[in-house]
Amino acid sequence: MEDFTWRVGGPQGGGIETAATLFARAVAKGGWWVATKREYHSNIMGRHSYLDVRLGRKPVGAFREKVDMLVALDGETLARHLDEVRPGGVLLYDPKVLGLTVRGLPMLDHRVADALAERFRKANPSLQDLLAAFVEAGVQPLPYPYEEVADRIGVELGVPPLQARRTLNTIAVAASLHFLGFPLDPLLEALALQFRGKVLELNQRVAQAVYREEMPKLSFQLHLNGYEPGRVYLTGAQAAALGKLAGGLRFQTYYPISPATDESTYLEAHTAFTGADVAVVQTEDEMAAVTMAVGAALTGAKAATATSGPGFSLMAEGMGFAGMIEAPLVVTLYQRGGPSTGLPTRTEQGDLMFAIRGGHGEYPRIVLASGDIQDAFLDAQKALAWAWRYQTVVVHLVDKFLASMAQSLPKEALRVLSLDGEKRLGPRHEGFGPYERYGPAEDGISPFIPIGTPGGFYWMTSDEHDPVGHITEDVALREYQMEKRMQKLETARREIPLEDQYTLFRDGEVLVLGWGTVKGTLLEALDHLPGVGYLHLRLLWPFPQIGPLLEGKRLVTVEHNYSGQLADLVQQETLKRVHHRVAKHNGRPITLDEVVEALKGVLAGRAPERLVLRKGV
Amino acid sequence: MLELKLADYKAEKQPDWCPGCGDYGILSALQMALFELKRDPSQTAIFSGIGCSAKTPHYLNVYGVHTLHGRVLPVAQGAKLANPHLTVVAVGGDGDGLGIGAGHFVAAGRRNVDMLYILYDNEVYGLTKGQAGPTLGLGEKTKSLPKPNPQGRINPLLLAFASGYTWIARGYAYDVKGLKELIKEGLSHKGLAFLHVLQPCPTYNDLHTKEWFAPRLYRLQDEGYDPHVPEGLPPEELDRKMAQFQEKAVEWGERIPLGVFWQAEVPTFEERLKAYLPRYPEVYPALGQQEPLDLEGLLKEFAL
Ligand SMILES: Cc1ncc(C[n+]2csc(CCOP(=O)(O)OP(=O)(O)O)c2C)c(N)n1
Ligand code: SF4
Ligand SMILES: [Mg+2]
Repeated sequence: MEDFTWRVGGPQGGGIETAATLFARAVAKGGWWVATKREYHSNIMGRHSYLDVRLGRKPVGAFREKVDMLVALDGETLARHLDEVRPGGVLLYDPKVLGLTVRGLPMLDHRVADALAERFRKANPSLQDLLAAFVEAGVQPLPYPYEEVADRIGVELGVPPLQARRTLNTIAVAASLHFLGFPLDPLLEALALQFRGKVLELNQRVAQAVYREEMPKLSFQLHLNGYEPGRVYLTGAQAAALGKLAGGLRFQTYYPISPATDESTYLEAHTAFTGADVAVVQTEDEMAAVTMAVGAALTGAKAATATSGPGFSLMAEGMGFAGMIEAPLVVTLYQRGGPSTGLPTRTEQGDLMFAIRGGHGEYPRIVLASGDIQDAFLDAQKALAWAWRYQTVVVHLVDKFLASMAQSLPKEALRVLSLDGEKRLGPRHEGFGPYERYGPAEDGISPFIPIGTPGGFYWMTSDEHDPVGHITEDVALREYQMEKRMQKLETARREIPLEDQYTLFRDGEVLVLGWGTVKGTLLEALDHLPGVGYLHLRLLWPFPQIGPLLEGKRLVTVEHNYSGQLADLVQQETLKRVHHRVAKHNGRPITLDEVVEALKGVLAGRAPERLVLRKGV
Repeated sequence: MLELKLADYKAEKQPDWCPGCGDYGILSALQMALFELKRDPSQTAIFSGIGCSAKTPHYLNVYGVHTLHGRVLPVAQGAKLANPHLTVVAVGGDGDGLGIGAGHFVAAGRRNVDMLYILYDNEVYGLTKGQAGPTLGLGEKTKSLPKPNPQGRINPLLLAFASGYTWIARGYAYDVKGLKELIKEGLSHKGLAFLHVLQPCPTYNDLHTKEWFAPRLYRLQDEGYDPHVPEGLPPEELDRKMAQFQEKAVEWGERIPLGVFWQAEVPTFEERLKAYLPRYPEVYPALGQQEPLDLEGLLKEFAL
C-alpha cells in the first residue's frame, strides 16, 4: 500500500487515543510518515470519538475521505461510519455488537438513527443489517472478539481478567497490524515508547500473543518502509507550546477552554526543563488572563495567553488596552466552531475577521496563521518576536484541527529562530524623573521601558496620552499618538520578510488562496490538479501586498468557515474579485478528496460561485 | 538611590478631582507612606482601574498604570509575579473593584500575591455621575439618584475575608495620618493586603458625608482589638478570631470601626509558585530567558 488510512472509533474515555498513538508510532517505527486527526465530542466519557492515522512515504499533511481499515471498538462506530470505508477496505469489529440495534445505541444522534431507519426501510435496523451494507459496498468484514481475545490471552499469560481487559487497545492495534502482515518488532518498539515497567511487559506479551494467532489474509499488505531515526511526532498544541518556549516565553495565563487548554497544561508540566520555566497562571476568566499577561509584559517578561472563541471574545477589551499602552502581547487563538459556545471540540476558521478587527477603536495588531505542526512551532516564535519588536498585540491563529492533529516530522524542522530587533531603553544613570515612553519615533516604535527600569518612571493609561503617559484629549497629541501607533503596522508590513507573509507554492491560471490549516490538504491536492496554483497566506494582518500575484487569475478561496472571510479580505485589500468560495462549516476538516473534486469542478468551469463542502462524521 | 524628599513623590500633574473630594486625602497618605518607607520610585508601581479614584497613579512619581475598568487586580498581579521585587499597589473605586471587577476581587484573595489593594469606597460611580455603587445600601438615595437604590450592598470586608485576603483593614479618607499608617502596614504585610477606605464624594453622595462619618468613626486598635492570626492557631482560637472579625466587619451605623481587622500568616502565591517553578523567584520572568532552552530534552518524549 502506498496510501493507507487506519481509523479507530469508540466511546470517549475508552482508550482509543492510546490506540491511535500506538498505531501511529508502530508504523512510524516501521519507517512510515504519519499524521493523525482526532474527532471527539464535548464530553468526558461515553460519546463517540474517532481518530484517523494516515501514512505515507512523504510527510503527511492531509486526510482522505474514506479509510482503508476501520477498527470499531463498539457498535456505534458501525452506525456512524457506514459509508466511510473504501470498497476493498476492511472492517474490524467485535461480533458481539451484531446483537445490537440502531435504536439501542444510547449515544447515537436521532438524526443518524432516523437516516439509517429510512435507508434500511426498518424502524430499527440491527447492526447485522449494517454489516451486510458494509459487505455490499465491497468492504471485507473481519470479526474479531477483542474482549474474548483479552480474556483468553489473560488466561494464557496468567494475568487477572481485569488487567488483561486493560490491554484492549493494544489488542486492537496488534490485530490490525497482524492482519496487515506488518511485522511485530516495530509494534513492540512503539509499546516501549508508550509504557514502562510491568505495564510495558504485559502489553508486549499481549501483542506477541495476538501475533501468534492465525489471521486471514487481506487483499493488501502493509510493508516496512525503512526506519530512519531523528523524527518526532507531536500535536499542534504541543508544537505551539514548544514554539513559545523557543521564543523565550516566561509568563503564560489561561482560563480552561477547549481546544486551547492543552497548550497551557503542557507548559505547566514542563517547567523543570532548562529555559522552560514559564510561570503559568490559571486565571479566573479570560479578562484576567489577557490583562494579567499584559501586566507581566510591562515588567519586561515575554508573556502570552491562549484561548478559543468564547474566551477570545472576552479578551477583546484587554487586547485593546495592550494596543493602547503599547504592551507586547501574544494571544494564541485556537479557533473552534462558533458562534457562541458553538462546536467546542470541532474545527473552524471563523475568527479571521474578529482577530483582525475585533474590539473597539483602532490599534495596530499583527495576525498570523499556522498551517501545520512545523508552522505552529515557528510561528509561535515569530509571534513573540513581533510582539516585542512592534510592542503590540500579535494574534497567532491556529484551530482545533491543528491543535489535536499530530504529525511526524524531522526533528530539524523544529528550528529555534534567532529573531530580535526589540527596541528597549537602557536605564538612566544620571538624574531622576519621568521617562518619555511614548516619545517621537518615525517607525512608530518608541523604545520600550519595562517597569522597574532604574532612574525613572512613567505612566501608562488606557486613555489617550501624552509622551510621558498622562491622559490627554488634546487634538495635536491625539493625532500624533494615534498616527505613531498605527505607523507600526506600516513598519511591520515593510520589515516582515515576504516568506513570512505568504508562499506561492505553485502558480496557475486557477489560483487557490488559503490560510491556516487548509495548507496540508491543498498542497497534496495540487498533485491531482494540473493547472491549479496555490497561494498560502501566513500573515493576515497587515495584509500582504499580493495584488500583482492575482492579476488575470481565476481566484478561488478555500476555508473552514461559512462566508469566506479570506475572500472578503482579499477583495477588500486587492480590489480583485474572488470567483469561487469553497467553504466548509460543519466542524470537520476538509478532506483531500472533496477539495480535489470541488477544484476539478472549478477547472471544468462548472462550479458555482459558492461551494459548500459537507463531508464528515 | 537618590535621597528623595516627600515632595519628590508627588507628580507635577494636578489632580482634577472635585474640591473636597476624599481622594485627595488618600493620595496624600499614599505619598507619605511611600516616602516614609523610602520606596524607590523606579521599583514601585501603582495600578488603577477606571474611575475618579483610578486617576491616582498620575499624581505620584512612581511607575503608574491606569488600566481598564475592573481589571486592575489582574494587571497588578501579573506585574508583581513577573517581577517579585517590585512594590505593587493597586487602587480603584467600589464600582471598579466590587462591581465590574468583583470576580477578580475574589480570585485575588485566593492567590495571596504580595501586594496592597486600596478600595476607594464612595458608594457611587463617581466618574459616570453618581449612579449607585455596589456598596450603597438598599433603599438609600443619594442626591444623584432619581429613585432609592433597589439593590443591596456588598460588605467589602466580609467579601475580602471570604475570598482569603490575609490582611484586611479600613481607613478614612480625611484621616490622612491614620490612613498613612495603615498603608505602611499594608505594604509591609507579606501577602495580599486589602484596605477599604471610606471616601466621601461631596459631589454625588450627600448621605455619607464628612459630617455623617465624623461622630461615628472609632479605632479598633484603641479598644484593644487584636487582628493578628498567627500560623497554626488552634481551631477554637481561630473561631474566636473569626467571630470577632465578623462582629466588627458588620458594624455600620452608630459606630463604624477603622483599623486592622485581620492579619494572617499564609504562604504567598510567589511562595506557592516556587513549588513547581524550581528557579522562581530568583529567575523571575521579567529577567527574560536566562539560559538557552533545552529543546533536545523536551523533544525526547516525542521521539519516534
Ligand atoms: C467596561 C466599561 N464599562 C463602563 C465604563 C464607564 N465607567 C467609567 S468609570 C465608571 C464607574 C466608576 O466608579 P468607581 O469604580 O466606583 O470609581 P469612582 O469614580 O467612584 O472613584 C464606569 C462605569 C468603562 N470605562 N468601562
Ligand atoms: S465625583 Fe466624587 S469621587 Fe469623583 S472627584 Fe468628584 S467628589 Fe471625588
Ligand atoms: Mg465609586
